Amino acid sequence: MSDQHLLLLSILTPFAGAIGIVLLRQRPNLREAVTLLSATLVCIIVVTIFMRFDNAGLMAVDIAEPLPGLKIRFEIESLGMLFALVASMLWLITSIYAIGYMRQHKEKNQTRFYAMFAIAIGSTLGIAFAGNLITLFLWYELLTISTYPLVAHAGNKKARHGARTYLGILLGTSIGLLLLAILITYNVAGTLDFQQGGILAGKLDPAWSGLLYALFIFGIGKAAVMPFHRWLPAAMVAPTPVSALLHAVAVVKAGVFTVLKVTIYIFGTDFITSSGANDWLIWFAGATILLASLIAMIQDNLKMRLAYSTISQLSYIVLGALLATNTSLLGAALHISMHAFAKITLFFAAGAILVAAHKTDISDMGGLGRAMPITFGAFLIGSLSIIGLPPFGGMWSKWYLGMGMVETGQWLLLSVLLASSLLNIAYLLPIPARAFFGKAPDGTTHHRIKEAPPSCLVAMTITSLACVLLFFYPDPFYELAMDIGGTK
Amino acid sequence: MIDTIIGHYNYWVVILLMMAGFYTVINRGNLIKKIAGLNIFQTSVFLLYISIGYVNEGTTPIIAEGFTRYANPLPHVLILTAIVVGVSTTALGLALVVRIKRAYGTIEEDEIHDKDMSL
Amino acid sequence: MIEQNLCLLLVVIPLIAAPVTAMLPAGRTPWFFTLTITWLCFVLSIWQLTIVLDGSTISYELGGWAPPWGIEYHIDALNAFVTLIVSGIAAITLPYALRTVENEIQRRDTSLFYAVFLLCFVGLLGIAQTGDVFNLFVFLEISSLSSYVLIGMGQRRRALTAAYQYLIMGSIGATFLLIGIGLIYAETGTLNMQDLHQRLQPILDHRTVHTGFIFLVVGIALKLALFPLHLWLPNAYKYAPSAISVFLSATATKVAVYVMLRIVFTVFSIDFLKITSTEFIFLMLGAFGVLVASTGAIFHYDIKRILAYSSIAQVSYMVLGMGFASTLGVTATVVHMFNHALMKGALFMAAGAIVLRIGSSKFENIYGIGRQMPWTFAAIFIAGLSLIGIPGTAGFISKWYFMLAALEQQAWLIALVILFGSLLSVVYMWKIFEALFFHRPTNTSPPVSEAPLSLLLPMWTLVLANIYFGINTDLTVSVAETAVRLLGITAYHE
Repeated sequence: MSDQHLLLLSILTPFAGAIGIVLLRQRPNLREAVTLLSATLVCIIVVTIFMRFDNAGLMAVDIAEPLPGLKIRFEIESLGMLFALVASMLWLITSIYAIGYMRQHKEKNQTRFYAMFAIAIGSTLGIAFAGNLITLFLWYELLTISTYPLVAHAGNKKARHGARTYLGILLGTSIGLLLLAILITYNVAGTLDFQQGGILAGKLDPAWSGLLYALFIFGIGKAAVMPFHRWLPAAMVAPTPVSALLHAVAVVKAGVFTVLKVTIYIFGTDFITSSGANDWLIWFAGATILLASLIAMIQDNLKMRLAYSTISQLSYIVLGALLATNTSLLGAALHISMHAFAKITLFFAAGAILVAAHKTDISDMGGLGRAMPITFGAFLIGSLSIIGLPPFGGMWSKWYLGMGMVETGQWLLLSVLLASSLLNIAYLLPIPARAFFGKAPDGTTHHRIKEAPPSCLVAMTITSLACVLLFFYPDPFYELAMDIGGTK
Repeated sequence: MIDTIIGHYNYWVVILLMMAGFYTVINRGNLIKKIAGLNIFQTSVFLLYISIGYVNEGTTPIIAEGFTRYANPLPHVLILTAIVVGVSTTALGLALVVRIKRAYGTIEEDEIHDKDMSL
Repeated sequence: MIEQNLCLLLVVIPLIAAPVTAMLPAGRTPWFFTLTITWLCFVLSIWQLTIVLDGSTISYELGGWAPPWGIEYHIDALNAFVTLIVSGIAAITLPYALRTVENEIQRRDTSLFYAVFLLCFVGLLGIAQTGDVFNLFVFLEISSLSSYVLIGMGQRRRALTAAYQYLIMGSIGATFLLIGIGLIYAETGTLNMQDLHQRLQPILDHRTVHTGFIFLVVGIALKLALFPLHLWLPNAYKYAPSAISVFLSATATKVAVYVMLRIVFTVFSIDFLKITSTEFIFLMLGAFGVLVASTGAIFHYDIKRILAYSSIAQVSYMVLGMGFASTLGVTATVVHMFNHALMKGALFMAAGAIVLRIGSSKFENIYGIGRQMPWTFAAIFIAGLSLIGIPGTAGFISKWYFMLAALEQQAWLIALVILFGSLLSVVYMWKIFEALFFHRPTNTSPPVSEAPLSLLLPMWTLVLANIYFGINTDLTVSVAETAVRLLGITAYHE
């Protein structure tokens, strides 16, 4: 099968899976089998593409030409490859997790859940393989819309309200700012193709570049740069597998991925540094890192704390993009994968605690670690990787991000990065510490609480092991990330 | 000055009728009076057309011995059509008023409004 | 033989069919006859479009009287395109009409209903086909009079007052149009559009011409429900029978926009627009229309009424596009005429399906109904996304062109209005989505079933067309570009 076919197949398989899921709605076991089957297929296809992938020639497929000169185009390049690998691998793991979680938790409307989940992943792959800005925008919007029912899943007033915030901010920024930025780009450059070195250099007045860049950065609401971050905490009303895969990996990473794409292939790193488009934007990202960490500290709800932690971590990647040096871009791209594996572990653990112990607040979790050692063990590993300590994968991305700041002489930003790492320790480590060594608030022991369902434990174990593995063997992601910076 | 004003007397008549009709349509709450106003309004436009078709010292546009100047027949023809349209509008409007009277028991606009709101 | 008389046949066939329909026995016979006629016209209109697609024109002299004395049908890409929209929507509405009309119209009235429907159809087709301004007035009145009747046939008694209100406003508009035509006739002595264009050029600064222009524009603005003359529309669309809401919302205002384009650009000219700064007025009215009508839509709790307000907003976009007076702007207008017919047709069809099952379109009666009617809900959802302008749908193509036209002239304020209008449409469409799907049903009424297939098929044809024309724009954009070129509009340059 040719590469083109594989590429299209990888995007279409989740959609076909969604249809299968709907058709088999009366038979839950078969329905879950379809989810697992399509997740496995997508994973195999994406890995196959990765094996065949060499950076020598870009491979593109044009589907249609809705507007003169603007095509629906897919292509494979390193950054997209990296994102697709992360998303497809984690979909498979999350599917295993979700089946245990949803059944144990007796959620309603599971068919809708699995079908929309598959469509969301298909859209994510569409974003990863988009060959120009308009195609990317198409899938970006589709991702927002397909995740809306997942956020509103519970259907009660709280869920509807959260989903409204979610949709309002994501659609609002994308229509109000991102679309405007895309149109201005098209108006100035006459094209929306992704090109090495950017398409705006020499065509856009450098004085305006900062404004346009800001339209992009804030317009990509999925990157959750403050003040457009409120949707992510609001999305935490969704079932945990959604928070885990979509709001720690697919949706938010789609945001920062778009930021990276725009930075590298629309503006071009040289244009950004020479025009000073990033001068003041880096402080927004820096402020987001610190503020979100501080807010995370005062959250007692575990998922909310993780959500603010995600906002903070996303801005690491945005910051890496904004600095626009080879090293910082390398760090940013690596952080997409490293943070994904670590944060999904944390969410898996949070979901497991909810399912097994019915607890959502951190203050109630004292002593719980002795009843659920595997869950909290995984949580500990995920936390350490987020903090960026060896021997966990998270160290590499932080290392290169820090290097990027040293290179550009941004000492203040470097201190922000270090301060944020300290804050990470302060808001993440007390949770497992309290669970293992603390006592339950009312003095009782948790002898009646058992570990989460096996499928949840398996998923957690795999992702936490991956965090360790990525420290010793980051090569696949590292090499892809190297290509982006152009250092190869 | 006076000459222009008097010379264009047809326009003054048209404007007067037009304003009277328009005012009635807007101001009256009675549905039938509104239609009457609409009729006056339309008729003023018919007059406008017919009067601009007139040619000085022209006669009716029928070819006959000894006449060379004729009034322009086209506006008259057009207005025949427009009159038909006006008549159908009036007929339809009155038919609607009959139906409204049956449904609401009144043809006063404010009373109809009250009945709809009280539901 | 047929090809030569094509443009006349498109008007004559339904015109003859209308009285025939009235004489048919009540029941399904008149429906079937009307269905046949509309599909025949649809086929003929496609044929006509293929002839003029390359930018050529057809000139047809009625009764053999040569223009400018006789009435001329002058068909170019724009006429043919509008005819295609009207006949296409009619052809797709008819299968839908069968069940809803049986539900809403008394059986003994069906023959008359379909006869009047055909008259309305004739009127709209005639407006699109004719090249004579007075003939246009006559067809406009045929379509308007028949649509008053059709709206008045709605189930609720408020349909009558809505029709009456529409009749008064519509007649005032038509009379204004008549005054305008009279004034420019007095100046030029002709009624043929091409001829008028020639004769008006040297006298564009005459005050009578200006007065005539103002009367014409105000008259048409009433017909197309342009802000601030839009007040008749929401009630008319809300209380009309479902099939009529579909047909009128998808065609009537679009045809009025076409008339505006014809009068402004063909009869007068783009230069006239620029001399008199009318483009600025169009921009302002369009922008206010978008904002006021979209905001208005947010504060209603009734699907049909929200959609009606949204129609006013969408028409305002089209006027906005004319206000740009550039190739891109008017292209956007023409493309949006087509795309809006697709999306609003689908939306009103879905609303009608809900009315068929529930008997109401108010939110309080339809909470959570989307779960019991998943296909209808999905249709509303996709067509709604198209209305918002999500990429991959037809609506996005329109929005894209409107935005490009605004950016080209660096009209930042207008660009922001367009985007803000989109955001407002997100709000009111999402109110509908939430009410239909995520809200728990409030009453314990017996469960309803999905809409019948005869409603779903036309609805989904339009929904799929929304996606198709969002991905493949060969037809819409190329026709629009040809039409705009023939209107004498040039690209914008500073």
